[in-house]
Parts: sequence; C-alpha cells; structure tokens
Amino acid sequence: MTDRNASTQKGDPLLEFDVAKIKDDFPILKQTVNGKPLVYLDNAATSQKPQSVIDALVDYYSADNSNVHRGVHTLSQRATDHYEEARSKIRRFINADDDRELIFVRGTTEAINLVAQTFGRENIREGDEIIISAMEHHSNIVPWQILCQEQGATLKIAPIDDSGELLLDDFENLLNPKTKLVSLVHVSNALGSIIPAKRVIEMAHAHGVPVLLDGAQAVAHCRVDVQDLDCDFYAFSGHKLYGPTGIGILYGKADLLEAMPPYQGGGEMIRSVTFEKTLYNVLPHKFEAGTPNIAGSIGLGAAVDYVNELGIERIGAYEKQLLEYGTELLSQISSVQLIGTAQDKSGILSFVMDGIHPHDIGTILDAEGIAIRTGHHCAQPLMDRYGIAATARASLAFYNTREDLDALAEAIDRVIEVFS
Amino acid sequence: MPNVPDVPLDGLYGDLILEHFRGPRNRAVLPDADLEAEEFNPFCGDRIILQLKLDDTGRVVQVGVQSEGCSIIQATASLMSEAMRGKKLEELEDLAGLFRETMRGNTEDENPSADLGPLQSLTVVRRFPVRIKCALLPWVALEEGIKNYRSSQTRDQ
Ligand SMILES: Cc1ncc(COP(=O)(O)O)c(C=O)c1O
Repeated sequence: MTDRNASTQKGDPLLEFDVAKIKDDFPILKQTVNGKPLVYLDNAATSQKPQSVIDALVDYYSADNSNVHRGVHTLSQRATDHYEEARSKIRRFINADDDRELIFVRGTTEAINLVAQTFGRENIREGDEIIISAMEHHSNIVPWQILCQEQGATLKIAPIDDSGELLLDDFENLLNPKTKLVSLVHVSNALGSIIPAKRVIEMAHAHGVPVLLDGAQAVAHCRVDVQDLDCDFYAFSGHKLYGPTGIGILYGKADLLEAMPPYQGGGEMIRSVTFEKTLYNVLPHKFEAGTPNIAGSIGLGAAVDYVNELGIERIGAYEKQLLEYGTELLSQISSVQLIGTAQDKSGILSFVMDGIHPHDIGTILDAEGIAIRTGHHCAQPLMDRYGIAATARASLAFYNTREDLDALAEAIDRVIEVFS
Repeated sequence: MPNVPDVPLDGLYGDLILEHFRGPRNRAVLPDADLEAEEFNPFCGDRIILQLKLDDTGRVVQVGVQSEGCSIIQATASLMSEAMRGKKLEELEDLAGLFRETMRGNTEDENPSADLGPLQSLTVVRRFPVRIKCALLPWVALEEGIKNYRSSQTRDQ
C-alpha cells in the first residue's frame, strides 16, 4: 500500500455532509463491478438517480399518466398540474423570473440547436460573427457551424491559456459590431474550468450582444441564478442533474423568446390552425410542439427537490474539497499529468499518463470497479489545443468520497505496474 | 503492492501483447511502397499507416507500420506486420477474415484458431468488447489497402 497523505482540514463541510446516508439514496451505487464495489466517477457524462427520482417516474406512470394540456378529465388535469409544477420548481432553482421563460427540451444539445435554428436564423446574417470558446463541447460548436454555413456568418474562437482559463482580454477584443451572439460553456466538461460568466456577459452586453451559456456541467455543482448572471439563454440537461435522460431546459429571456419564430411545428405549439393560417401558442408552449416528455419533466422536478434538500451551496463546497483532495493525490503520482488546472474549477480530474493511452487506463480501472471516461469528451478542438488525442477523466458528484479517490489513486498505481 | 490480478483483467496485458507494445516490429516508413492505407479512430486517437512492398510474384517482402494509440492497436499492428511477410494478398485477406471472425466469435472458446499463430494472443481482447475495435483497426487498414491497390491495378491495365 502506498502512503497517501493529502491533508484533511478541520471544520470542513465533509464532516457536515453525511455521505453514507446520501449514498443510500442511490440504489445503483450499491453494486459490485468486476468483483469490486462500484466507484462511479463518470458523473460529467451522466449522474446517477436518487430513489426519489425513480419513484417520481414510477408514481407518475402508476397513478397519473395522461396527456397534458388536452383533456378535461381528471388524469389529464393531474398530469398537467405535475408537469407545470415541475417547470415552476426548476424556474425557482435557476431563479428565473417567469415560468414562460423555461422551455422543456431533450437536453443541452436540443436547447442550443433550438436557439441556433430560431434566434440564429432570424438574427444572424451574412458577414455576422458568433463567438464561442476553445473549450466547447461539440454540441456548442456544430449547431453554430451549420448556422454559419447557411447564413454566410463566421465563427470566432475565444482562446484559453494552458491552465484552461478563458483569456478575457482576447475575448473582449473579439467583440465588434458584427458580433451577433456569444455562446460559451459555463463549466468545461473536459477541463472543469468555470468561466467568469458574469464578467463575460457584462462585456458582451456592453456591445449589445446576447449571451447563451451551456450550463450542462454547471447546474448540478454550483448555484446558477440566471437573473444575477443576466444571461440571455441558459441550456442544461436533466440527466447530469440527477434527473432522467431525455429532458432538459432552455431558459431564455421572455422578450427574446417572444420575438423568436417557432422551432418545430405540430400540436401543443399552436393556438388555432386553418389551412390558410396558423396562430402560434403563447410561451412556453410555442416551443414545445407535440406531446412532451411528461414523466421526464416530473422526474427532473423531483431531482431539483432532492438537490434543494441537500443544498446546492453545500454540494458545491463538498465537491470542492473532494476536488482538492483528488488533485493532491494525483499530483503525487509523477507519471500523471493533469489537463485543466484553472483557478476556478469544478469537480473534474482530466489526466494523461506518460506512455500509457487513456483507453488502457480506463480498462484497468474498470477491472477495479472504477468507472471513468476516456476519449476526447466531445471536445476534439480542445484536445487539438493541448496536442493530445484523448484524456482519462474522473468527474465527481456529492455521493463520491475520499475513499473513492483513494481507490482511483491505487488503481492508477496498478496501471503503472502493468505497464512498468 | 498486490500483484496484478489475472482476473478480472484476464491477461489482457499478457507478455506477448506488452512486448509488442513496447517494442513494435517493422516500425518504418517505406519510400517505395506498392500498397498503403491509413485508418483513424477519432474517438480515442488510434491511428495506423500500413505500407507493403511486394515482389514480382506478388508476395510481401517488406512491411512498414506507423501506429499511435493504445497498447492493443500497437501490439496488433506489430503482430500483424510479422505475420504478413512472404504472403500473397489473397492469403492476407484470408488471414484478415479469420482474425475478424475469431474476434467476433465465442469468448469462451479456449482455442479459437490455431491457424492464427502468435496473433492468437490477441483473442483475449474478445473479453473486452469495447476494445475489439482497437484490435481490428490495423486489419481494416490492410483490407482498405488491398482494395485500393487492386482498383489502381485494374485502372492501369
Ligand atoms: C459542456 C457540455 N455541453 C453539452 C453537453 C451535451 O449534453 P446532452 O448530450 O445532454 O445534450 C454536454 C454533455 O456531455 C456537456 O458536458
């Protein structure tokens, strides 16, 4: 056994956080993988679901299942109430002003595509520019590339430094009268960097440019207040927030959403239809064509309840301590190089090892029951920026423990042994 | 330190695979190759450039491999390069077919195919389904290369 001596501080939130009890809420974590207790460190890909979220789905289908906004019967009313209650819960969670500003979508990807195909097509013309950063997920690159190609606009890339911090001066210098939108990752999935979102938004607004934040990796780990940020659009996925897959949120300021054309046509999004003319429904329904993911929305509402109960600030503080502990552990292993060392960082430990490919690391860790992600993390331009093809990435959640990170470090020792 | 467990890693990182990973054979750039192909897996960055030189009778006289990526693709490329010398393209196709079939076959079969020779050491990869593509990439390059070579031959005639 190697001696690991990452420091434990006194009076830390670790002690106030009853992880054993919390872990108990997640049935999936109680299993062994390859004969070892599961250590789940792939939370940035998707998080696990507490029993209360699973129950919410079962309860909905067992007791209330019906279509929403369409029936006069009791079940339909109940389903509609639960669906809209979920929207309100999520609205309060991100402190939006009005339920009409929250559109239920499939996830971050659909939210960004929605903005590109509606706001984008309406407002971005030939010669215009859109700014993204060097550390975007493909889902915040490709929709804009498609739009730029259609409209003859240009994508501008705000650079980052080697630690993974957005270079603010360079970003500001990119802003000019041709800039029509800024779309940035709030927390990088591959590096963990948290961008100074408020500053960035102020800079963009000083040039009259609206800002979309990709909050896929943010909402589950830090307080997001869309009014305080003053962002114009905010996108996130339910499944990374301990909720079900297939559900997510696009937040948009009401005046922007009002002015945007609909995304898809169909039922639910219309007020009246004749073959000559269709009147669109009011917000948010204008953007929710067809039968929505009712169960998913209710499940996401239950996830928000769960997170609120723990307290997002406490979650953030606990995860920060875990991150510091894990950073110290991995820094002690000389053949490990951390990729992404920004000052302000979320619980992501991306790393490479001398002469050992991330896939081999992933396979050996899996044999130890440890789930991490290896690959380019849907951020190929970022990998190119660092001159690597892939990283191994351990990503944290509040149900992880120092023991999980000890297990990670031990398993990395094993990787070194196998390849020594 | 405890020893590396045989189970559940199941000998994936066995001696022959690691030996070929550490000291890959036929790692060279051939300036006058008759046949050349490149394959790339963007998800993990596995990459191979395979070059073959043929003699008058159509047999492989020289192999050049440039590979990057995980231990499995590198070891496969190296083991494959050793198995190719002296063979005709039809024989290589048969070998590729046999390898592919074996890799997709029954994982419990202890003696999958004696005809694979040293390549048989790679059959352990079958127990790690997500890694099978790493072992197949060099063969995809070989098959692509043969296909392109043949179509260029018919064009030249
Ligand atoms: C930063 C970031 N943006 C966008 C996405 C896409 O999310 P989804 O696949 O849920 O639409 C992800 C998920 O991997 C992400 O990490």
